[in-house]
Amino acid sequence: MLATQLTIDQLASRIPDGAKLALPPDYAYCSLIAARALMRRKAKNLHLVGVPSLGFQADMLIGAGCVDIVETAAVTLSEYGLAPRFTAAIKGAKIKMMDATCPAIHAALQASEKGIPFIPLRGLIGSDILAHREDWKVGKNPFAENDPIVYLPALKPDVALIHAPVGDKYGNVWVGVRREQMLMAHAASETFVTVEEIVDGNLMDDLKMKAGTIPGLYISGITESDKGAWPLGIPGGYNADHEHLRRYVDLAQTDEGFQQYMDEFITEASSEAAE
Amino acid sequence: MKAVVPEEILINAIAANLDGLRHVAVGASSPIPGAAALLARSRSQGRMRVSILGSEDNNFFSDGGKEIFDVAGQGRMDAFFLSGAQIDGKANVNLVSVGEYQQPKARFPGSFGSGYLYFVVPRVILFRLEHTPRTLVEEVDFISAPGFSDDNVYRPGGPHKLITNRCLFDVDKKRKCFRLESIHPGHSVDEIHEQTGFKFDLPEGEIPETSTPNTDTLSIIRGEVASEISEIYPAFAARVFGVNSTV
Repeated sequence: MLATQLTIDQLASRIPDGAKLALPPDYAYCSLIAARALMRRKAKNLHLVGVPSLGFQADMLIGAGCVDIVETAAVTLSEYGLAPRFTAAIKGAKIKMMDATCPAIHAALQASEKGIPFIPLRGLIGSDILAHREDWKVGKNPFAENDPIVYLPALKPDVALIHAPVGDKYGNVWVGVRREQMLMAHAASETFVTVEEIVDGNLMDDLKMKAGTIPGLYISGITESDKGAWPLGIPGGYNADHEHLRRYVDLAQTDEGFQQYMDEFITEASSEAAE
Repeated sequence: MKAVVPEEILINAIAANLDGLRHVAVGASSPIPGAAALLARSRSQGRMRVSILGSEDNNFFSDGGKEIFDVAGQGRMDAFFLSGAQIDGKANVNLVSVGEYQQPKARFPGSFGSGYLYFVVPRVILFRLEHTPRTLVEEVDFISAPGFSDDNVYRPGGPHKLITNRCLFDVDKKRKCFRLESIHPGHSVDEIHEQTGFKFDLPEGEIPETSTPNTDTLSIIRGEVASEISEIYPAFAARVFGVNSTV
């Protein structure tokens, strides 16, 4: 079966307002081109899920007013310091925060992947992460006496949005060692993906590629997007655009600066939309 | 030989707590713990594995972001490092916020894996280079991970040491508090009392000075370790060891 190929703006229109949207961390494969398309279409009320953490793309979406809820183990720009729009939104109580810990996000997605309603996880008891998560419960280990353990409800994103080096016309998408992207696709209701290149042939025909390939079964739409992660990089592909990222961090310290960034790189980036 | 620098004393002191372990994991942006782990690995004659998280080249995991936590949950990770915007006298760690959680005065990136790893990794070494009443507090504003748990909570892991730019604390698991273990050269117990926001125990007798690395250790640190660490943290290696990365 052939994949549904979309333009970047069609892809963004398939991610509805209010969607629970799973995103990878900056060091994996992030679709910044799709994030910009979401900002251009003025997406609203998104519930971001960091798998397990978020970075530049979340900071931009928050700054652009697309986000109501952030569920993640962290929002970090690593060596660039604190995420400015996220920090401002939290301090202004503009977004609802659902703090988590990395393995809780992975485990709750695994529950969804398996189609089970919840999954137990060690740790967390006595933390304020747990204290602030009304959706998490401390339960009994049914196989032992007096052994409290945290139960996490299955986490089922409406949409997983990822980027990858290559896909094929059947919607198979190679993510290699970034297998959390595979977990995201298994767990989410729909997965939209941008790829650097849609290659000829079928990725599943090569067993070495197949081991790191998400089957087209999970993929609702695919967009060919050269440098789709820019200004982030992709491992094994191209490096992050450090100068641009530094400029973003400088500008995004203020509302006005962030607006200037938006005007320059997002609202005006119509050439990107026309592709 | 060039004089010993404070970073080398910290690397040496941390490595002493890692010798003999099978697998030590280090978080991203932790050059001193990273160097300490590489020193201990060098002395282990091939028996220790070190994984540096968030580094593409220096971890051996192949099953996605969850694998490191599964590894830890099974007891296959012996030591890990945690820091905190605040650390309190009960070894609670705060990586989230200062002030009211819903509308904080300061917000940090978040808890990452701490809410889990602190429970399951046997030797968690707390590491904070800013030793002041602002960071080492009586009570944290948000507990990302608690230092200690009730007896019925599954807790094979927990705090092992707290090391700062001024001193090394041991952990008293029975009394659930820190005990000063040694003071780094050039610092004093009065200064440590003044700069620590929580109460801590003192050792019996005279308080030792944190030892400086011997000649053999220094040559490993400045040779093999400096060279390896420069590939991961080039700016750190250039500043501390004068080593320039070849990558």
